[in-house]
Amino acid sequence: MSQQYMMKGNEALAEAALRAGCRYFFGYPITPQTELSAYMSKRMPKIGGTFLQAESEIAAINMVLGASSVGARVMTSSSSPGISLKTEGISYIAGSDLPCLIVNVQRGGPGLGGIQPSQADYFQATKAPGHGDLHIMVFAPASIQEIVDMVGRAFDKADQYRVPAMLLADGALGQMMEPIAFPDESEEKKLPEKPWAATGTKGSRKPNIINSLYLNPNKLEDSVRERFERYEKIKENEVLYEEVMTDDADLVLIAYGITSRICKTAVNMARAEGIKLGLLRPITLWPFPEKAIAKIADHAKAFMSVEMSMGQMVDDVRLAVNGKCPVRFFGRTGGVIPTPDEILQAAKDVLASVGGDK
Amino acid sequence: MDKNIVLAGFGGQGILFAGKVLAYTGMIDNLHVSWLPSYGPEMRGGTANCSVCISENEIGSPRVLNPNILIVMNIQSYDRFIDTVVDGGGVVINSTLINKKTNNEKINCVYIPATEMANENGLQGLANIICLGAMLKQSGMTSYKTMEEAVKKCVPASKAHLLDANLKALKLGYDFEG
Repeated sequence: MSQQYMMKGNEALAEAALRAGCRYFFGYPITPQTELSAYMSKRMPKIGGTFLQAESEIAAINMVLGASSVGARVMTSSSSPGISLKTEGISYIAGSDLPCLIVNVQRGGPGLGGIQPSQADYFQATKAPGHGDLHIMVFAPASIQEIVDMVGRAFDKADQYRVPAMLLADGALGQMMEPIAFPDESEEKKLPEKPWAATGTKGSRKPNIINSLYLNPNKLEDSVRERFERYEKIKENEVLYEEVMTDDADLVLIAYGITSRICKTAVNMARAEGIKLGLLRPITLWPFPEKAIAKIADHAKAFMSVEMSMGQMVDDVRLAVNGKCPVRFFGRTGGVIPTPDEILQAAKDVLASVGGDK
Repeated sequence: MDKNIVLAGFGGQGILFAGKVLAYTGMIDNLHVSWLPSYGPEMRGGTANCSVCISENEIGSPRVLNPNILIVMNIQSYDRFIDTVVDGGGVVINSTLINKKTNNEKINCVYIPATEMANENGLQGLANIICLGAMLKQSGMTSYKTMEEAVKKCVPASKAHLLDANLKALKLGYDFEG
């Protein structure tokens, strides 16, 4: 067995990023994400990388744009209000077809909100991570080990499609510790070639231009359409999800991140009482596992989206189910973590209200 | 059986460290483990607490609302958490700083003057580990050897000179006759 470590989510994420070849980190401190920056500040200089605490989140995301333009594997991290500040830069990065990793360790909102765990930035991450016609890939880990395993993948996929990737965690995942092991400890990470990077022509080729400004509407439309062709490939090939006892389930819970773990407990409690509960856990939020949900909708009696928000992902569940059966919602917000008991009770209430055989 | 543990006290009493030692025992015993601190302004001079879950199964919520093991090191924590313990649960109470006793006969309490014991034995600041020792004796949650090993893993190299004191504190708590 490989070496086990006990690490906070924030620190494990940082270490996994270093092991994935990230050598540039630009950020600005904010609870509950700060340990990630702190870890980077300690380790980056020792391995020849660059850690820079910028004067603001806006500066940090634009430094990410710059570093990515010249082909660096680069990331930034923040928490909800800080991500709002970064959205302009995220849009520019997406519009310039640049890969990078953005980490959001979500806290309660809106506004300055609170500092306790939340999932209220689902809309922001999946619908409007910046202005304009754009998507970013959104990964939603549910454990510290999954954070570790996912960071390298997020960087690789961002490079492969030249699309920014976001890792959407929350305060609980950031702050908690679990035993973890790092993959491929012996292998030196090989990063992909980036022939598009603005690294200087040395007189041997045409200049590479990194840009998101197209004053000719037809040219801008062409560039957006080309990007959307890549989005279609991402939707086809990169959807990740986990199913727990959905085959015979009457009611299927949909939950991601920390909430999905609590739902798993609720599913096990329900099964012990003879209630057929199941769970589908989206691991990628964009692309969303809409086909998997549609398939379950053929036999389940109902769905219940469980979130630490007032109901955001539930909209995507409704679109995927497309009227085949009822879609309900249970959530806690503002930094409150739901308990398995209240999820189970809400599930029983839904089952009582939908009743009957399918 | 699942161990759902809450540790609580002042910031500075080593609550999070003691919780980390417990988390390491779970890792050494090859069980599923989670450790979740309270974080935020309440840690600055106010109360600090953390939740530790140790289980043979995957852990759902890392936040423990109803512990079956509770360690409380100051009066505010006692007041806040004593009624959250499940029936049959075990509680270790730092009686130097908590002059209350519970009437609840469904929980098992050890009253240990941990702060006083630490001061008398030149182990200032290690009342937390004394409480861990008492809790280990009461709960039998793991072996003494595992707990010792966990302490060794948690004391950082830069503070290696404090390891013996930590192990002494563990023994003192374990041998306490209430």
